[in-house]
Amino acid sequence: MAIQNMTMPGKRFVISVPFVWLILFFLLPFLILLYISFVDMGNDISPFKPIWDSSTGLLHLKYENYWSIFRAGEGGALFQTLYIEAYVRSLWYALCTAVLCLVIGYPFSYFIARSAPSVRPALLMMVMLPFWTSFLLRVYAWKGILADQGVLNQVFMALGLTNEPLQMLYTDVSMLVGMTYVYLPFMVLPLYANLVKLDPRLLEAAYDLGASPFKAFWLVTVPLSKAGIIAGFMLVFIPSVGEFVIPSLLGGPENIMIGRVVWDEMFTSNNWPRATALAVVMIGLIVVPLAIYYHYTGDAAEPKA
Amino acid sequence: MRPNPKPEADTMKNFLNRHIGKLWLGLTFLFLYLPLFFMIVFSFNSTRQDAVFTGFSLRWYEALTRDTKIVDGFWLSLQVATAAGVASAVLATFAAFVLVRYRRFPGRTLFSGMVNAPLVMPEVVIGLSLLLLMVGVQNAFGWPQRGMLTIVLGHTLLGMAYGMVVIQSRLLEMDRAIEEAAMDLGAKPFQVFFLITMPNILQAIFAAYLLAFTLSFDDVVIAEFLSGPGVNTLPQVIFGYARRGINPTIYAAATLLIVSVTLVVIGYSVWVARQTRRREREIAAATRAEQAALQAQ
Repeated sequence: MAIQNMTMPGKRFVISVPFVWLILFFLLPFLILLYISFVDMGNDISPFKPIWDSSTGLLHLKYENYWSIFRAGEGGALFQTLYIEAYVRSLWYALCTAVLCLVIGYPFSYFIARSAPSVRPALLMMVMLPFWTSFLLRVYAWKGILADQGVLNQVFMALGLTNEPLQMLYTDVSMLVGMTYVYLPFMVLPLYANLVKLDPRLLEAAYDLGASPFKAFWLVTVPLSKAGIIAGFMLVFIPSVGEFVIPSLLGGPENIMIGRVVWDEMFTSNNWPRATALAVVMIGLIVVPLAIYYHYTGDAAEPKA
Repeated sequence: MRPNPKPEADTMKNFLNRHIGKLWLGLTFLFLYLPLFFMIVFSFNSTRQDAVFTGFSLRWYEALTRDTKIVDGFWLSLQVATAAGVASAVLATFAAFVLVRYRRFPGRTLFSGMVNAPLVMPEVVIGLSLLLLMVGVQNAFGWPQRGMLTIVLGHTLLGMAYGMVVIQSRLLEMDRAIEEAAMDLGAKPFQVFFLITMPNILQAIFAAYLLAFTLSFDDVVIAEFLSGPGVNTLPQVIFGYARRGINPTIYAAATLLIVSVTLVVIGYSVWVARQTRRREREIAAATRAEQAALQAQ
């Protein structure tokens, strides 16, 4: 308190530096985004029309940008547009990625947390090391590994598992391998942080009371690590929905996700109002799971990154 | 912790029970490292294909040094990441200080929301909205051209959010009493900050810088939205190549990156371990000296 009272002019300065910066480069761009999502498409020179028609003095709010996301044409069927398909596909891939990361990452984090304390830092460092090298390069490498004539298919054929190369690249397989690969550390770190704190005496108590190792794990360890599971799930799910690079490199035309659709509307169709409306709906998709997350964890603290 | 299995139990099941942990760790690490091994091996291949190793050669490393796009992109990325890292660290320090020290001021909820939002915002949305701002500003004032400056701005927005989390947690655990002691001794608020607070959180500020640098050096999405014609960061160049097909030059670049990151990480952990050991030795020496002094009395 004493410090705050003594530094009133200084306090104002310290607050205003980051505040003004954020208003200029976060809030203002977002408001422009919102504004353009409600205006009419323009021409090649100015990509959108002003919201205020100066000749009639009327305000033109163009809800059509949003309607056209949900409805194909005038009186078309609801929810049967390419945009909705891309949204649903993005959510589906994000959900599958989060589940796969959990299935692989939970036992992985568990075994790291149960290993000798002296080797734990080295194991964690081994998790982080690929993470520090370029994300783009690691995704690109999967392109070579999963290709029709790639290393994995060569191995499969040499082992006699298949006679002709399996098509893995540009399918759901390559999409999910790539996304699970990239986001696995986001699941492992919060899970590990949670599991390492688990008191081993609780498990011993369960064994003493006659529980089998599996039953003790399922009834003691899993419920106690719920917070880590939820945090890891959110850290994987949220960035996965907006993923842009992985579908571009490992996905085919069938695997297009909403981030790419926004890009194409912006730069290929040059339809800025449509692109911005799609982006606004995309933010909505992220905010809803976040709100549920905060509701359940019950703390208003900032998300841990 | 696990109860000993009965000796007569089926040996296969027994083996699995005892080694499932190592097996799972090994397989997952194999998954994590497979792309890295793959790139290292095929960066030395003598032909363009990346399914069969046809012989050892350094031709792709030679091609890398002659590839002006990659070399220029590397230098641009280095500059962008350095600038974005410094700007992020400074702004993140301000933001963390505000959030930790000023519990009440008008607009605090808005402020904390804005600082954290880039953590969950899709990069596509950040890139798109900043692009719209830049286009608007450029139409109004004729400046700035899209290029290095605009990429730095975009990366700073992201780096500031991540850096803030790091510095905030350090500030929260810092002992306020030493600041109050300095105030009582007549230090002015800015002196308190630069002489007391900043040295205490310097490590976190440096960590924030490194994090922002790495994010910037690795980002392709925001750069794709905000760069202008002829301005391409290293990830943008790689992204362009990657969409076209196999190019072992990229594997050579990746190998150099993997080797340098590994060396930095190993060097850093050796340094930390040595520091810890030295501090332990010093504490032990000080304790012995203290005991000796006590006995002498």
